[in-house]
Amino acid sequence: MRLWLAIVVLVITVAMSAPFVTRTWWMPDPITELGERIDSAFMITLVFTGVIFILAQVALAVTVWRYGREGDEAADHSHGNNRLEVLWTTAAFVIFVGLALFGYSVWAETRFIEQKSMEPSADRLLVEVTGQQFVWNVRYAGADDVFGPTNLDLIDDAAGNPVGVDRSAPGGADDIMVPEMYVPVNREVEVVLKSKDVLHNFFVPELRIKLDTVPGLVGKLRFKAEKTGKFEIVCSELCGLGHYKMRSFLHVVSDDEYDAWVEEQASYLF
Amino acid sequence: MTEVQVSPEVAEYTEVHRHPEPKSFLWKYIFSVDHKVIGIQYLLLAVVAVFVGMALSLLVRLRLVWPEQSIPLLGTLFPVGAPDGVMTPEFYLAMLTMHGTIMVFMVLTTAPQGGFGNYFLPIQIGAADMAFPRLNMLSFWTTFVSFALLMAAFVVEGGAPITGWTGYPPLSAVPEAAIQGLGQDLWIASIAAFCIASLLGALNFIVTTLDLRAKGLTMMRLPLTCWTWFVTAIIGLLAFGVLLAAGVLLLMDRNVGTSFFVPAGLVVSDKQIDHSGGSPILWQHLFWFFGHPEVYIAILPGMGVTSHILSTFARKTVFGYKAMVYAIAAIGVLGFVVWGHHMFVSGMSPYSAFVFSILTMCIGVPSAIKTFNWIGTMWGGKIRFTSPMLYAIGFVSLFVAGGISGIFLGQPTIDLYFHDTYFVVGHFHLIMGVAAIFGMFAGMTFWFPKMFGRIMDERMGKIHFWITFVGVYAIFGPMHYLGMLPHPRRYAEITSVDYLGTTGAADLHLFITMAAIATVLAQFLFLYNFVKSIFKGQECREENPWEATTLEWAIPSPPPHDNFAGKVPHVYRGAYDFSLPGADRDFAMQCNSDEAVFGAQKATGD
Repeated sequence: MRLWLAIVVLVITVAMSAPFVTRTWWMPDPITELGERIDSAFMITLVFTGVIFILAQVALAVTVWRYGREGDEAADHSHGNNRLEVLWTTAAFVIFVGLALFGYSVWAETRFIEQKSMEPSADRLLVEVTGQQFVWNVRYAGADDVFGPTNLDLIDDAAGNPVGVDRSAPGGADDIMVPEMYVPVNREVEVVLKSKDVLHNFFVPELRIKLDTVPGLVGKLRFKAEKTGKFEIVCSELCGLGHYKMRSFLHVVSDDEYDAWVEEQASYLF
Repeated sequence: MTEVQVSPEVAEYTEVHRHPEPKSFLWKYIFSVDHKVIGIQYLLLAVVAVFVGMALSLLVRLRLVWPEQSIPLLGTLFPVGAPDGVMTPEFYLAMLTMHGTIMVFMVLTTAPQGGFGNYFLPIQIGAADMAFPRLNMLSFWTTFVSFALLMAAFVVEGGAPITGWTGYPPLSAVPEAAIQGLGQDLWIASIAAFCIASLLGALNFIVTTLDLRAKGLTMMRLPLTCWTWFVTAIIGLLAFGVLLAAGVLLLMDRNVGTSFFVPAGLVVSDKQIDHSGGSPILWQHLFWFFGHPEVYIAILPGMGVTSHILSTFARKTVFGYKAMVYAIAAIGVLGFVVWGHHMFVSGMSPYSAFVFSILTMCIGVPSAIKTFNWIGTMWGGKIRFTSPMLYAIGFVSLFVAGGISGIFLGQPTIDLYFHDTYFVVGHFHLIMGVAAIFGMFAGMTFWFPKMFGRIMDERMGKIHFWITFVGVYAIFGPMHYLGMLPHPRRYAEITSVDYLGTTGAADLHLFITMAAIATVLAQFLFLYNFVKSIFKGQECREENPWEATTLEWAIPSPPPHDNFAGKVPHVYRGAYDFSLPGADRDFAMQCNSDEAVFGAQKATGD
């Protein structure tokens, strides 16, 4: 019994750990510098927790194997060992809190965005993403770099105005509404996240960031994609019966392609 | 009243007055005020609930792997949710919601505390019953009503709710958004009733532990099981009231036009919703202020049982008893200040994430202390591999495996990627689900001879242990790999996301479903063993078959109506005096005086 138990615990330990070493099922490559730093925070945590996990399971296996044998010798009488207890507690505290502190700068960079108004600047592209059961609505400010005001009464999915842009108001006429997101490579992008109905979650695995879209609140995420390509935006907050098919794309393209795309979209407006 | 002999183990006792035993079936078994009957009622409720919950999880697993497959019986039972037996995506969500709700409330919260706690807390502290027996009965029957309300959600029009066990508004608050009717209301009503029941139970446990301990049983001599029930009750008292309030508010948002959780400007399917001024995030704060402590409500009693059983079958005193008590208390306190880690990506202030993250990492410390001390308890022992011991060892392994992934999720930076993926599903199932359930398996097989005067079949127990232990790892381990892809949770299908189709998600899902089928089948072995042993198990009338130390092993099996027949033993020592040097036996019961343990001469010689 003791041998089997020890073997099974060890086999499980190897089986659970191995895919994290072989990377059989792994994260897609990050496309931002921030993403790489999130990955290194992940890797450091993986190493520490991996060692703790394996040590604890091996200790368990060795203990049941060693002290599970038949025989006449009696069990020890001991109430514990305070020095070991303190050592263990301190080590756990230092490791766990140290890991938390390590990753904080990354969090600060992606999430501590001052609640600025929706004014775009030359070096930062503002994109508004509005979640809706079960599609993503992406809005660009258009040629004038100003987002037009919205009005609930103007919302009309069938007419192609899912967020109710007031086309007659200043700044509204040239706003671009699309179902997929296009951004130029190597340019800072600020995503303004909103929701029309229930909670959704804007998540692009390659960006390594996600944030709920909350009706009544404006959420902000910032990223600078350094690789071109087509990446999926998957909804990661239960939003109803079509949650699993609420998906869109993030296209990271060259500056030229981006300008051409904007021009093409603008041409549909008039 | 039956005459009961005082156990020869008891050195001295105090006479207390006895309560007459009820005679009629109704007052003895249905509306009983006897904590033992109520404990078994809770356990039976949990057994029914766990099989319902498990069946739902199996449907969830089947739908994920064979979405088109028709299950004829399902079509008969749920003509709307599963037309022709083929589950719709919303039916998938309903099954998932009900699975989570049933498991968390009706299983993980009832059996460890209401079940084993009710039965054994009074006996282990030398009391004739709980402090408030009638309140105890009310707790159980309110829980029963809550369970009935929840089951009713299956059969009303619109079916069971699809908003997950977390019931986030606006989806849960605005009927138009979830295309849902009475099911969600019943779900809320059920949870509200459950909160009331749990509040009453918590009061009872706290007063009982503080007031009804036998002479000599100081707090620091309490069995660790009692400590965990006590702290769990305190957590429950503070947490359930908040959920109750949240539930009432949500019910009002749905039915009387208030807007606690629904903001202005909602448009669902081109239709404006007439609400204004609420906040969806408020619900999340209230829910998780309960929800995170709830994790400890589910797991703490399992920790207590594990400590108790590891010590008993290793024939060794609990390693660092005091550290264990402090760790239990620390978990209880810290459990209340970490709820924000469920909300790192919710849109709440990103600054608060720092505080919640540090506190969350701190809660890993008492958990690490406990793991260390469990291994320390067995180290140098003389292990007896009974089935309760196997389950307890399994608990330790699963607790480590499930706890360690929390170190990833407790960091907001890493949670950005893993939040709401299968990584989380694997994490909480291992620790809150199966580790806690292993605590229940351990408790059930350990205390069965005391409760029923018969012993569960050891061979069946061991077979069940092996299949289940390997099975749960095979189910929940690969979910971490799905989370790496990253596979978002609560997806009825993987067909709509391209990368899930190319990265092996389908293979992992198939493997998990196969493992789940095998593990579910093994649970019927446990059920068979449980039911058969109640009626036809090998008789085990001796007081102390496991050679354990605590007071429940100094009374007949099953115990008489008022436990100690009016003669409450005095307690002389801590709960885990095993293998004392110079003692005649390798265990000293709490009611054994030094004379009884060491012989008259040695005791006076000291």
